[in-house]
Amino acid sequence: MASTVVIDKAAPTRSVKYGSMSRDRAWALRWSYFFLTLFAIFSLVPPIYMLITSLKSSAEISAATNPWWVFHPTLSNYAELLSSNQFLRFFWNSAIVSIIVVTITMLISVPAAFALSRMRFWGSATLATGVFLTYLIPDTLLFLPLFKMFATFGDWTGIQLINRWYVLLIVYPTLTVPFCTWIMIGYFASIPKELDEAAIIDGASWFQTLTRIFIPVALPGIIAATIFAFTVSWAQFLYPLVFTTSVDQLVMPVGIVTSLIKGDVFAWGQIMTGALLGAAPPLIIYAFLMDYYIAGLTAGATKG
Amino acid sequence: MADVTLRKVVKRYDDVEAVRGIDLDIADHEFVVLVGPSGCGKSTTLRMIAGLEDITDGDIMIGGDVVNDVPPKDRDIAMVFQNYALYPHMTVAENMSFGLRLKHFPKAEIKSRVDEAARMLDIAELVDRKPKQLSGGQRQRVAMGRAIVRHPKVFLFDEPLSNLDAKLRVQMRIEIKKVHQKVRTTTVYVTHDQVEAMTLADRVVVMNHGRIEQIGTPNDLYHKPATRFVAGFIGSPAMNFVPCRLEDVSGKLHIRLTDRISFPLPPARAARYQSVGRDEKLLLGLRPEHITEASAHPEPGVEEFETVLDVIEPMGMETLVYFTLEGAQICGKVNPNVNAQAGKPLRLAVDLNNMHLLNEATGAVI
Repeated sequence: MASTVVIDKAAPTRSVKYGSMSRDRAWALRWSYFFLTLFAIFSLVPPIYMLITSLKSSAEISAATNPWWVFHPTLSNYAELLSSNQFLRFFWNSAIVSIIVVTITMLISVPAAFALSRMRFWGSATLATGVFLTYLIPDTLLFLPLFKMFATFGDWTGIQLINRWYVLLIVYPTLTVPFCTWIMIGYFASIPKELDEAAIIDGASWFQTLTRIFIPVALPGIIAATIFAFTVSWAQFLYPLVFTTSVDQLVMPVGIVTSLIKGDVFAWGQIMTGALLGAAPPLIIYAFLMDYYIAGLTAGATKG
Repeated sequence: MADVTLRKVVKRYDDVEAVRGIDLDIADHEFVVLVGPSGCGKSTTLRMIAGLEDITDGDIMIGGDVVNDVPPKDRDIAMVFQNYALYPHMTVAENMSFGLRLKHFPKAEIKSRVDEAARMLDIAELVDRKPKQLSGGQRQRVAMGRAIVRHPKVFLFDEPLSNLDAKLRVQMRIEIKKVHQKVRTTTVYVTHDQVEAMTLADRVVVMNHGRIEQIGTPNDLYHKPATRFVAGFIGSPAMNFVPCRLEDVSGKLHIRLTDRISFPLPPARAARYQSVGRDEKLLLGLRPEHITEASAHPEPGVEEFETVLDVIEPMGMETLVYFTLEGAQICGKVNPNVNAQAGKPLRLAVDLNNMHLLNEATGAVI
């Protein structure tokens, strides 16, 4: 078929302007770029500074040369940390705590969110709000009573929780479960009611509706919640600082600070290296699952 | 396959009574359509049959068993929803077989049932697709397929065609009728569209304000409506209602519409309305097709009058003419060859052999 080219003789020769709409848009874009650049600089400077410092020897750091340039790059900080059993122990503790906490969180918050958003029992709406309210209580307020509780529990039962890494498996979910439940309630609410009714008529039990319909359909939301739970447990500082003290029980954020600061001597190169290595796992997870994360967080907004 | 019976079924939400004690017998193999305006309780009734809503009072029986407290999955019913409600993460075949897989049917049996349904619905080549890759009409077919493969006792349809465009709706209507003619499963179908109700149903149940107004075959409802609501709801354009009263003029019963217009009633009608009070406020109900252009040789019972037309709507096959009588807007259907013009007078004929007389206060057809 021969293609025909239609030449519109009336087409304007100058560039088309669409009136005030496009001018508004152009200004909005300029401002967006301005602030985005500002925030990008603001949030990227610390990691870049960490990277630069991690490549310096202690001598170069204390020589107070240009802090933004490495004159004698070295990987000795990385080599020392990665060969240190202590650092690997911290990393291992962090990993095991985070993975178990994520698992516990998902096992609690997904069924909880399903029950609160779908099973409509007496008081379910109040309970859903209550779940969110618990998230609003800061951990700085909670750690004292929690510490007291664990101490008393230890006195009564003889089961020592304080200064054991697994105490974190109990305290971290107090942070992750409410928020993840809240995210999942929002996500489940965006799934049309007819879908579970269809499943119920097809003969599915509540449990089958959850596992065979809701979880697959809400997978982006679940992944978003998982990432959140992982980030929170990986980066948590206050609780491990309070509840664990022995070196072999520490997780990475606390471990780096306590083991690499000896009195008033700061091993800056290793601290920066440790912090960078510590930031790697969440970064890698984000990089792979970013799309799911965004889809999960904006689900309520776009699906109405 | 089973019959469905509703006995004095009531549904009350807090202070609202959505369904006010309805009785309904649906025979085995029957296709019954519940129709009415939104909020009339038809969907609630269907959902109570499905078991998705509890009933406040009364009894629902499927196949002779009272199912008031039986959960939906044990009622052996299948439902098709307005928004299809397909499982988005499953293929068409998986969607259709979900119920059977939950009941641990043998694989071969599942496959043969899915294949059979897919062939019946003309979606055999789509079975490996996901719902989002399908058009609206195809999704609706899959939703029907999911119901068919279960071989349930009862099919329930909740406004299944409302999300489709007009053309597709007509096509799917025929599909649904074909499927029912093949599988003969007892069907309860809810719609607000009276055309859908008339074309699909063996019997139509007209509902209003949580009550059943009338149950009957499509033709019964059209020609012998019991109430003003049914008379006005069934048929498009709707039946015209003109305030009127009866009077005796030299021994014959007349119906007076305006000071100017009064018609003698045909003998059969006159006999039927003889006992109606002469000063009672009445309504004359006339369908548009019974208001036509005047002919040179009027038949008995057809009376003529002249009126000025407000609006005309040429439909091709016929022309709709609108005029005002005693403050009521009246619609008539005339032959397109008649020179009807808005603002011009036209001589029209009313066929009183097909008239309805209603009590204005009660809305009952006399």
